[in-house]
Amino acid sequence: MDSTRKEWLLNALIAGALFAVPLWACVVNEPFIITLATRIAILAIAAVGLNIALGLGGMVSFGHALYLGLGGYVAGIAAHHAFHGTEILGLPGTNQMLPIWALATVLSGLVAGVVGALSLRTSGIFFIMITLAFAQMGFFFTLSWPAYGGEDGLPIFVRNQFPGLNTARPWEMFLLAYAVLMLCLAAFAGLRAARFGAALMAIRQNPDRAAALGISPFGIKLVAFVLSGMITGLAGAMMADLTRFVSPAMMAWTVSGELIVIIILGGVGRLFGPVAGAAILVGFEVFFGGLTEHWKLWLGLVLLAVVLFARGGFIGLLAGRVRHGG
Amino acid sequence: MADNVLALRGLSRAFGALKATDDVSLTLRRGEIHALIGPNGAGKSTLMALVSGKLAPDAGQIWLEGRDITGLSVAARARAGLGRSFQVSSLIPEYSALRNVMLALQARMGHSYRFLRPVMRDQALISGARAILARVGLGPRASVEAAVLSHGERRLLEIAMALALSPKCFLLDEPMAGLGAEGTKQLVTFLHGLKQDAPILLIEHDMDAVFQLADRISVLVYGRIIATGSAAEIRANPQVRAVYLGTEDSL
Amino acid sequence: MTLALVLEQLLNGVQFGLMLFLMSAGLTLVFGVMGLINLAHGSLYMIGAFLCAAVAAASGNFWLGLVAGIAAAAAAGALIEILVIRRLYARDHLDQVLATFALILILSEGVRMVFGPFPLYLNVPEALRGTVSLGIVEYSVYRLALIGFGLAVALGLWALIAKTRLGIRIRAGESDREMIAALGVNIRALYTIVFALGAGLAGLAGALVGAIQSVQVGMGEPVLILAFVVIVIGGIGSIRGAMVGALLVGVIDTMGRFLLPRFFATFMETSQAMGVGAALASMLIYLLMALVLIFRPKGLFPAHG
Repeated sequence: MDSTRKEWLLNALIAGALFAVPLWACVVNEPFIITLATRIAILAIAAVGLNIALGLGGMVSFGHALYLGLGGYVAGIAAHHAFHGTEILGLPGTNQMLPIWALATVLSGLVAGVVGALSLRTSGIFFIMITLAFAQMGFFFTLSWPAYGGEDGLPIFVRNQFPGLNTARPWEMFLLAYAVLMLCLAAFAGLRAARFGAALMAIRQNPDRAAALGISPFGIKLVAFVLSGMITGLAGAMMADLTRFVSPAMMAWTVSGELIVIIILGGVGRLFGPVAGAAILVGFEVFFGGLTEHWKLWLGLVLLAVVLFARGGFIGLLAGRVRHGG
Repeated sequence: MADNVLALRGLSRAFGALKATDDVSLTLRRGEIHALIGPNGAGKSTLMALVSGKLAPDAGQIWLEGRDITGLSVAARARAGLGRSFQVSSLIPEYSALRNVMLALQARMGHSYRFLRPVMRDQALISGARAILARVGLGPRASVEAAVLSHGERRLLEIAMALALSPKCFLLDEPMAGLGAEGTKQLVTFLHGLKQDAPILLIEHDMDAVFQLADRISVLVYGRIIATGSAAEIRANPQVRAVYLGTEDSL
Repeated sequence: MTLALVLEQLLNGVQFGLMLFLMSAGLTLVFGVMGLINLAHGSLYMIGAFLCAAVAAASGNFWLGLVAGIAAAAAAGALIEILVIRRLYARDHLDQVLATFALILILSEGVRMVFGPFPLYLNVPEALRGTVSLGIVEYSVYRLALIGFGLAVALGLWALIAKTRLGIRIRAGESDREMIAALGVNIRALYTIVFALGAGLAGLAGALVGAIQSVQVGMGEPVLILAFVVIVIGGIGSIRGAMVGALLVGVIDTMGRFLLPRFFATFMETSQAMGVGAALASMLIYLLMALVLIFRPKGLFPAHG
């Protein structure tokens, strides 16, 4: 079996498992496991976003927690004003997920546009540090801005709503997250196969060649960075609704690190890499976290081993390397 | 002057005290191959970088079909009609030969911001790229990744990508580098036909190839052009002989 | 707002900046010579602080603790370099980021296992307690000593790089890696030494700052990120840039936190002004970084070309 077919089979298995496990949990009434699967799905959405910048475009953004946090605060602040019946900038709050998601994506895209336009003036190590620094700026801003809880964060008392669903039920919330994840994966796959993806991946491999063909690396990378931030921002809004809480910790630099770790564990640039990576990370945390309080030590060792010895991540290990043939 | 496709006017570029390019003017006419030769360190690479847009000149202009392109970026110059090949093969290593050429075609059409239609179902793109690969003789190798093509095949793919741009002129940087006698012979024949598509500014070390191919030759020494003329004129030029004496026996 | 208060804050800013310099110097050196981005630099800072606090508590002698902190950080640095970092020089930045991120997890958890989950406290040494009069302001002796320390180390580092054989090799390594290999310098040993030197400086900073903050797991990363801002501003690979960047960041951050809330209080209600001022102040240095990037994308003192 060739590697492309192997990868599709593996993808189908992962998608099936992520659906089957919470379905089983729903039948035997284990809401904890359903919520865990929802968390994996939402983290995977965030990582699909980062995978556009990092996996396809080779932009090592160490600041994607910024967009996750932005999305989270959009959901939190909207719900806060809706709950208290107050206005923000002359607008009422809302407890509807759809307008919240729209705002979260647009706002994240705008911020990613500014951060990207500045950061993409540089490359390599500068780019990593600058994206990190901008995310820290957001982190410290939310930490010291007192209106929305500051350091203590902002609770969402009642989970925001989606037409036709009861989002308070774990299974229905899972279905929502799963559907959005599948849509984001479809968007990622479509983008990667289209001309935009062809240009973006070419720029990652050889920017000088792309430029000599007349494709300006800056514009393509900036658009990719914006799309990347938008999807991660959407995940942030959903994550805040899942935990019914948003705090500066969502923008912490470690979160940016974890998003990269998810992609590496799963497989850089692979369609289902973020899903596999998120499942591995959350599974590791739950399983080893139950065994030892020092589970992060083991995570560090595993990560180190993957970086030093198993470059392709989970998908690469099982499906072999990527082929751009034809 | 209507025949000039590419014109360099008084191009200069210094690195500190070193004048790598010193008041260079030359033209590329429709249908010709204009070869640029010179000993190592004469400033060929710098001149190439100035024309392609990698470096900005300190003085002078570059005109392409009556348009001043001196201020344009590398990508904008490519879009304006400059098709170049690199001295050291510069390809998209993970892409197959076909996808490398498809990328060039896509770039020529200027539609890299399309997000929906998969390129591998874009028959116009695929058949266009296959035709170009067939023309340079890489047809059977279309699905092979660029990274695993042989050296000679990589040189050909470079030229196929330049060809896919349908440029107004070609800028070929040592296309024969590292090719064997047989490969060089084939490429000479191919380039001879290629100049009908668009004129070629050729930088080349292989003197036999240059004297076979070039309609005009310019000799670059210490950043200056010391002579321009036909193969016979250059061969007879005493200044050129002095420069090359003892270094290039073929002259 | 008195002049004395402003002067005190200014001195605090300089002191903060000099401690940031100790962190940044190691980072920028490691990047300049080996081309490596090391996120675990903050962990070495933490190790210095923990060892200093533990040894000082056990022996009752701060100075013994300080030496132990520097030695432990340098030794940990050398060990990490030999076991892990060495395999990363030829890798891309993504691998470097991930591997050193993994090292943070390992080292933080390791320190938690050894020293327990609670913060340690490190007392300011007897001789440096209290305040001293500087004309119009009574200033902490210890903080003044930190300024002196920072300047002395900066001077020492300059002398090391400008005057010694090791320094010549470091500078050669920054400009041309193959060249120094061709000259027969043992690159492996040189890299280990440079890394350990940077680690020792981070450990020194951690130990010194440990006496005015609590010593806890996770203390290194905020400083690490500020050190990144410093070297982006100063120019990666430049020691001089690190000095200028560190002082700029230290002074602007400290003065911003002090002045901005007071500035907003002149036309806003006090509690609101405190909030807005603090939020803006926390963003100041990042805005500075963005400005530097717009006008000097390679930093104020680009090291190469």
